[in-house]
Amino acid sequence: MGTEIAHAIADGILGGGVYALMAAGLTLVFGVLDIINVAQGILVVLGAYLSYVLSVHLHIDLLVGLLITVPAMFVIGVVIYWLFIRTLRGAERTSMTLLACFAVALIIEGVLYREFGSNYVSLNAWYVNQSVHILGFYLADIYLIGFGLAVAAVVVLYLILYRTTFGRAVRATMQNQTAARLIGIDVNRVAALTFGIGVAVTAIGGMVYGSITSFTPNSGYDLISRLLAIVILAGMGSIGGALAAAVFMTTIEALVDIWQPDWSIVVFYLAMVIVLTFRPQGLFGRHAVRAQ
Amino acid sequence: MRSHPHRARYLALGTTALLAAALIAGCSSGGGSKPSSSGPIIIGTSLSLTGDFSTDGIAFEKGYELWVHDINAHGGIMGRKVQLDILNDNSSQTQVVTNYTDLINVKHVDLTFGPFSSLLTAPAAEVAHRYNFAFIEGAGGSPLVFGEKLPDVFDVALPVANELDPFVNWIKSLPASQRPTTAAYPMANDPFATPQVQLAQSELQPLGIKTLYSKIFPEEEPDYLPNADIVAGKKPQAVILGSVDVPTVAAFMKGFEEQHYNPKVFVAAAGPDQGSAFESAVGGPGNANGMMVPDAWYPGYPSATSQAMVNEYVAKYGGTASGVNADVAEAYSVGEVTAQAVEATHSLSGPKLIAYLHSGVTLTSVEGPVSFNSIGENVKAIAFIFQWQNGKFVQVLPTTATGSVPILYPKTNWSS
Repeated sequence: MGTEIAHAIADGILGGGVYALMAAGLTLVFGVLDIINVAQGILVVLGAYLSYVLSVHLHIDLLVGLLITVPAMFVIGVVIYWLFIRTLRGAERTSMTLLACFAVALIIEGVLYREFGSNYVSLNAWYVNQSVHILGFYLADIYLIGFGLAVAAVVVLYLILYRTTFGRAVRATMQNQTAARLIGIDVNRVAALTFGIGVAVTAIGGMVYGSITSFTPNSGYDLISRLLAIVILAGMGSIGGALAAAVFMTTIEALVDIWQPDWSIVVFYLAMVIVLTFRPQGLFGRHAVRAQ
Repeated sequence: MRSHPHRARYLALGTTALLAAALIAGCSSGGGSKPSSSGPIIIGTSLSLTGDFSTDGIAFEKGYELWVHDINAHGGIMGRKVQLDILNDNSSQTQVVTNYTDLINVKHVDLTFGPFSSLLTAPAAEVAHRYNFAFIEGAGGSPLVFGEKLPDVFDVALPVANELDPFVNWIKSLPASQRPTTAAYPMANDPFATPQVQLAQSELQPLGIKTLYSKIFPEEEPDYLPNADIVAGKKPQAVILGSVDVPTVAAFMKGFEEQHYNPKVFVAAAGPDQGSAFESAVGGPGNANGMMVPDAWYPGYPSATSQAMVNEYVAKYGGTASGVNADVAEAYSVGEVTAQAVEATHSLSGPKLIAYLHSGVTLTSVEGPVSFNSIGENVKAIAFIFQWQNGKFVQVLPTTATGSVPILYPKTNWSS
């Protein structure tokens, strides 16, 4: 039993890394733009399909392919912002951006169905089904890679936000858009770039997601509720918090799987409710994030 | 402005009367009771073209369309062409009810075909029952559907609870020294998956096959790694997986491979029957080798009509014969059975079709003979077990059945 528990904790921590990769863009976009990007799930799937195309048709390794998919997804993110979100203003902005993101999700899903059909596909590389023997049990290489990428993504995003001029502009925009405009920050440009960065990170999440499970254009719907739960628990806007929250929730879920797997999803969301009862702003509340 | 209380009252009465008349007309439509005409016979169906069941739903759509193409090429039914009216239910139990209500009550279709999965068939069958439609379907074979005991339900496929019977019988037939000694039964929480695995467990345990794991996990689980790791850690010699789709079984296979664990025998309730979609999702024929799945049909099914359908499918949609999904045959069979019933009764009337289908008559389909009991189970359906062997999907059980090839046992190791 001790080994099972240790293994479940390891699985939970590593699985949390994968979810953090998928949720990082969501929380970044909310933190800066106050936009709940409900298209995040389908963007993860889009990232997975881009990796699939490069891998299957151009025989480019999944990790090497990130050099192409990350910039590509950045451009897609900027275009989405520019076409669908930039012009939405006023009191109805929040609800309108929700609808706009949902429309984006439907459009992307439709295009993916048209191009790839409804059959399941998965990503393959030599390391996808490999594992290493550590502390008496095997840990999957792809999860270790995913966790490493998650930590790297959090560090890079942190450096961008807290060690660059652009990052200062982003944080100023997070704190007060009007004040940011008054001191000469091009808020629209910052917003577009931030949305692009958020979507770009999703390319990494998509690659790892597509490597651990088979997927169709419809798979995004299974993800979005979990990703939202993670960023809410983290405190919307907190990138490091997303990693911590994802690890916390997937570890609890993996532990429940040992005894009562049919309760694992319930416990996943129950954990979120209990934490928010005592800490409504999430583990790393947005105000704290913006004040840094 | 003057008020007209009497006029308002008459208006209200008249409206009520009209509504009542419309309601009575709607409720008494009697399942395809429109007078016959020379126009096409419209068959309405709701399919999961998007959502969780979309892979199967789209395969069903192709099966229905293939049958419509064939029947029209042979002059239609009773000399009338056949036309499909397909609505998308997005794999939703709520939407499927709306769709069939719409098809029957608003679009006034002549006949209905079933949706995909027991989860959707159960509520849809109740709608069809309300309007006296014969509800012939090909993917609602679980106790959830038959438990309703509706007289209008007719499932042309194999009842799912018995799907693993050939597998259990084969284990029983093995000498004790060759039988697996331990087994695991992970099951998705789904009316299709759990009954057959639980039944298999109840029959294998008395043989002395020790149960090391038997748990139900949520069907919507996005990551099966922890579940797969727990099963792998117990190292059962047999895994009987209650899966509902390709990702579930692919995730368990991947988890097992990462844990360097390979069961002697691995049978999954669904997933390996998805042809090339399964093979590509699990990383190729090497990994698929030895994987087993119960079903009533496979692309090499030894019947002339089945072979013709497979050839036609490949010509129309491309791919190879081994990549043809069993859903296609199930959908095609629904059309065949419907056509035979309509031709025999010379009627589109629901009550007449229901009475005919309950008469004990044996009909034919690409999946074999079809005959229904009182709750709509196909009592003539024969269960087979299929296995992936060197990139081919072949029938292996029952060992004495025509077309069965020797089973690959124990299963080969993972390829990578």
